[in-house]
Amino acid sequence: MTDIPLEKQTTSALLYLDGISVSFDGFKALNELSFVVEPGEMRAIIGPNGAGKTTMMDVITGKTRPDSGDVYFQEGAYDLSKLDETQIALLGIGRKFQKPTVFEMHTVEDNLLLALENDRDVAATLLWRSSLPQEKRIDEVLDTIRLKGVRSRVAGSLSHGQKQWLEIGMLLAQEPKLLLVDEPVAGMTDVETMQTAELLKEINQSKTVVVVEHDMAFVRELGVKVTCLHEGAVLAEGSIDQVSQNERVVEVYLGR
Amino acid sequence: MTGAFPLIRLLDKGAVVFLVLLGAFAIAIPVLNLLVPSSSALHVSTYLVALFGKYLCYALLALSIDLIWGYAGILSLGHGAFFALGGYAMGMYLMRQIGTRGVYANPILPDFMVFLNWPELPVYWYGFDYFAYAALMVLLVPGALAFVFGWFAFRSRVTGVYLSIITQALTYALLLGFFRNNFGFGGNNGLTDFKDILGFNVQAETTRNALLVTSCIALAFGFLICRAIVTSKFGKVLVAIRDAESRTRFLGYRVEAYKLFVFTLSACMAGVAGALYVPQVGIINPSEFAPGNSIEAVIWVAVGGRGTLTGAVLGAFVVNYAKTYFTSGILAPYWLFMLGGLFIGTTLLMPRGIIGTYNHWRANRSEKKVAAAPVASPSAAE
Repeated sequence: MTDIPLEKQTTSALLYLDGISVSFDGFKALNELSFVVEPGEMRAIIGPNGAGKTTMMDVITGKTRPDSGDVYFQEGAYDLSKLDETQIALLGIGRKFQKPTVFEMHTVEDNLLLALENDRDVAATLLWRSSLPQEKRIDEVLDTIRLKGVRSRVAGSLSHGQKQWLEIGMLLAQEPKLLLVDEPVAGMTDVETMQTAELLKEINQSKTVVVVEHDMAFVRELGVKVTCLHEGAVLAEGSIDQVSQNERVVEVYLGR
Repeated sequence: MTGAFPLIRLLDKGAVVFLVLLGAFAIAIPVLNLLVPSSSALHVSTYLVALFGKYLCYALLALSIDLIWGYAGILSLGHGAFFALGGYAMGMYLMRQIGTRGVYANPILPDFMVFLNWPELPVYWYGFDYFAYAALMVLLVPGALAFVFGWFAFRSRVTGVYLSIITQALTYALLLGFFRNNFGFGGNNGLTDFKDILGFNVQAETTRNALLVTSCIALAFGFLICRAIVTSKFGKVLVAIRDAESRTRFLGYRVEAYKLFVFTLSACMAGVAGALYVPQVGIINPSEFAPGNSIEAVIWVAVGGRGTLTGAVLGAFVVNYAKTYFTSGILAPYWLFMLGGLFIGTTLLMPRGIIGTYNHWRANRSEKKVAAAPVASPSAAE
């Protein structure tokens, strides 16, 4: 963690990706991908299937190591390509997966309890006792994600949309600096989609968010800067109107 | 208030029922064996005392497997190895207690070493004439092996069926090792002909009853330790790892540390079970390392209900009672078919096991009661 050259810390970005390449058996999933996310920003990432969106998430969260390029976090203070999933999670990067993954056998409350920012080593969890501030925080998160009514239900019995929200709630409980949200509205009804957009905007008031999404109506509703990926590199960047009028974007994304 | 809360959490209704039954068992069997005259119909024979003592050790082994399989999703098919290692540590103590009463009357060397013309006691046999040292080894040897094995396996993220296979390989390798005479543990005969334990004759009725009570206490302790673990936040993390390992990792938990802790603890419990088993059956030999034994122990847990703790104990009793019953009658040649059938039947028809199915049935019933009571229409919810 300490062997990062000092000049890298000159970036003001929360997340800084420069020239990232990843290839799987010769297939270039990411090709010299570069972009930055400023603190407090919400960014939407769009792009056709195979554009490298999920691979990018994998690189940021330590699941995949980049073949080349730099990934820095917090004004260049941490080199994410040298850390593993757990270390990165503890730095304050929370990730929501494409397929909702909550702990199905645990209650909604326990799911949040596990996510809650807390000492995570073995001894601490063995001796853990519930405390008032923690319960209050769980209540707050339950309010935010609108699941207060089902707090003691087993997460496996929730509807698809509720699971997505619960997972977002787990991210919140982690108190991350950066939230990576992969396709939060996949499989949601229109009403749920709009509610999710509201939820993310609410979260963005205090946290930096990166959203990967296919649903254009949803991205439009978010009303934030959009980055369009294609074949592992940035194709266009700007407001949703700007990007969706870009000829190349229309060509690769909206059908050739 | 905060002091009482963990105790309530620890002892739910099922746990209390279990402990009361176990306590009653620990009192009733010695009373019926020692105080009721053998002419009475209520008399429990010494043979049965030893048999039940054996079952209790199996139950503790099953409990240790349930802790890692039922809660952390680690399917060890080599837990018999830790059981046998604990057994050997106790066996070595018992061998040293024989002294000059052996066939060759050597005050230091066990008979098999004299037979093999060994001039002196190997270094790793030192200290086993002290019970406290042997007791420490009962915990330490299985624990250390599990720690080293787990450290490599979990760090390399070996999971699922691959982990199960290497645990099989582990116990098989030990089986081959302990079969060798020059390994220094009595080769294929193992360790036997025990005389005394802590100065008491191992064959005596009172000693057998004392061992049975000790096994009950060990089982109760093991159960309470497991309960404390699975009802803590640590236990919730274990279940989280079982159900969604990578999610747990992305939440910032060191999954391998959790697995390593619980795996090592489980191996120590299995070691204690083995140590109590050996004086009650009077022998420990390499066949205890046989991969089949470890798989059988997993079947007990599956039949009783994984992830329930009490189910593991019940399963160990039910399957072993069935084994004793059927292998002593005309059906003896077919026992392995029955065991296999039992496992397949459980997997297909009752995947939750006995206790798991019961719990599920009760949960469903109370849910229906709740659903029937309020007037709210269920269609509005979806």
